[in-house]
Amino acid sequence: MTLIRDRELSEDSWLYIEDGAPIPSAGGAIVSLERWRVEREQLSGRNTPIGVRLDSDTAAESLSEDVDRLDLIAVPFGQFKDGRGYSTARLLRERFGFTGELRAVGNVLRDQLAFLERCGFDSFEYAGGTDAAQALTAFDEIGVVYQTATDRRQSAAATRNHPSRAFSNGTSG
Amino acid sequence: MYIYDEIDQTMVDQRVNQFRDQVRRRIAGELSEDEFKPLRLMNGVYLQLHAYMLRVAIPYGTLSAEQMRKLAWIARKYDRGYGHFTTRQNLQYNWPKLEELPDLLAELASVQMHALQTSGNCIRNVTADQYAGVAADEVIDPRIHAEIIRQWSTLHPEFTFLPRKFKIAVTGDQKDRAAVKVHDIGLIVKRNAAGELGFEVIVGGGLGRTPMVGPSIRDFLPERHLLSYLEAVLRVYNQLGRRDNMYKARIKILVHETGAEKFTEMVEREWEQIRDTAVELPAGERERVAAFFNPPLYDAAGDAAETLTRHIAGDAAFAHWADTNLAPHKADGYAIANISLKPIGGVPGDASAEQMDAVAALAERFSFSEIRVTHEQNLVLPHVRQDELYAVWQTLKAYDLDTPNLGLVSDMIACPGMDYCALANARSIPLAQEISARFADLDRQHDIGELKLKISGCINACGHHHVGHIGILGVDRKGEEYYQITLGGSGAEDATLGDIVGPAFPYDKVVNAIETLVDTYLDVRSDGERFLDTYRRLGADPFKEALYDAN
Repeated sequence: MTLIRDRELSEDSWLYIEDGAPIPSAGGAIVSLERWRVEREQLSGRNTPIGVRLDSDTAAESLSEDVDRLDLIAVPFGQFKDGRGYSTARLLRERFGFTGELRAVGNVLRDQLAFLERCGFDSFEYAGGTDAAQALTAFDEIGVVYQTATDRRQSAAATRNHPSRAFSNGTSG
Repeated sequence: MYIYDEIDQTMVDQRVNQFRDQVRRRIAGELSEDEFKPLRLMNGVYLQLHAYMLRVAIPYGTLSAEQMRKLAWIARKYDRGYGHFTTRQNLQYNWPKLEELPDLLAELASVQMHALQTSGNCIRNVTADQYAGVAADEVIDPRIHAEIIRQWSTLHPEFTFLPRKFKIAVTGDQKDRAAVKVHDIGLIVKRNAAGELGFEVIVGGGLGRTPMVGPSIRDFLPERHLLSYLEAVLRVYNQLGRRDNMYKARIKILVHETGAEKFTEMVEREWEQIRDTAVELPAGERERVAAFFNPPLYDAAGDAAETLTRHIAGDAAFAHWADTNLAPHKADGYAIANISLKPIGGVPGDASAEQMDAVAALAERFSFSEIRVTHEQNLVLPHVRQDELYAVWQTLKAYDLDTPNLGLVSDMIACPGMDYCALANARSIPLAQEISARFADLDRQHDIGELKLKISGCINACGHHHVGHIGILGVDRKGEEYYQITLGGSGAEDATLGDIVGPAFPYDKVVNAIETLVDTYLDVRSDGERFLDTYRRLGADPFKEALYDAN
């Protein structure tokens, strides 16, 4: 597994901590949703970054009250075709205002990256398809978007109706 | 019709390059067939029984003459000289080679076409009334909103990996030619009491193994909220639709299991959160798109109608065709001309490259360069002057495109069936051909009148058998092909699902059974009744008796 963060290959400073295992004194710790619910006060009282890993079946609403206390939320993608995490991400960002690191984990493949980024993910535990450095080009393959999403890229319709902001063939990132 | 701007063209060009790289990685072995599958499916490429199949999108069934010529050219160069028009107004090529697909897609892009979202668990190519813009009594041309939906749904980042495929159909007319009640979302454009435009929203219809007529979840959605409302429906479905069983994954199952009322509440609650946000179409875009669908500059009617009357009086074969294949046009002196792709004994929906070229030439000369594809697998020249119909018909005749059977028993829908499809349990095409041959006598067909016969080669119901006045479903019984017959279905504004009439028939008994049903109808019908009307009046009994008691 390779971590991609903000469109670059990146070192991972986060650790997954098993339920019941002690939280390291330094570095970021990712815990399960169950543990977070039980130990919320202790975990958010620490001075180290804290993250939660959702289950595929958990809706974004389950963290609606917690977004300000979390530095990272990990959303799992069990199978390529299970697209629930795309909605989860948009809701965490757009409805509940989560501003920390939103990480796609599990079976994350090259040809999903651009869609995931548009829905608000900024980091990816890259599982494969091609080598990770080559996969970075996937973000820029299509320079046109036809709808407004979490990334706030200007849609084709908005570009057309704001002639001052001219269309360029490159990506607007 | 809609014309791409620089933005649209850039997207399809970049998409071709993206797919070219995906194919390169597949051929180089960097992608396994399993990993490649979701990628090729997003581009309309299926692996069928014998070869890859490419499904080309024809958004809401509108084609220009230039596009039709390109489809013919591609059929010659990359296929075996023909293509197959489908029930979703698309075109399928059955014999392309994987390594040539990127070039084929580049050819499509050169005429503003693509194969995006014609397969896979995403929002599929949006369909519409084939008489859009020309139907005498429509509220508004539904292609305006179909095009808006096409763009909004293109590579939608949140809704590309849905539980299952998702089909949207739009009609702008109270007479439903787009089967909107058997789609995942059906939209009927209408005006409210204040004269404002909006939509009735139907969600959760569908055919397949669990056929359902969709419930209406909103009587009037103001036009400006179209995209936020669609987004709300899709978001509820993406989160809650079943992913544990692909046969229960369509939105119709979610709506059914949740209950239409509760489902509606969920959609409305989600919609309250996103309406009037940046999700909505920006000001100005609706007018920009609508301008592409302004009617062409029609000539004054003059004595076009009188000339047509004279042509009809002078040629009985033409009179026959005019009687079945024309529909009223909203402009004086014009007609809508339907071109049947159901020649007696032919393959429903197939067209040769020569036929495609001929239709393109006719459209250029006689129909403002415009062609439509219907969900009943026929073609339409939407605006032909009435005094030019005779010339059009003569050309059609020369290309075996003049079959005067629109809406009659030989104008069947049939899926590709076991001749092409990896899912099929039984053959559809040869059965369609045999039924068509049995009813070859067109006078007899005219006497029988409107009869919608639809054939599916398996329970997935691509041939829409549930909504056939007579439906035929192929099933596998211990390795033998059997066919179940349903009666009384309709995909129109009075949508109903057909009832199974009784035990299934083996292949060689089906044509006789159909003939028995038709003869029974002829015996018991009242004046002016269609087959469907008679069935609705009398129920299944007389048909059952005729089919089973005699044997």
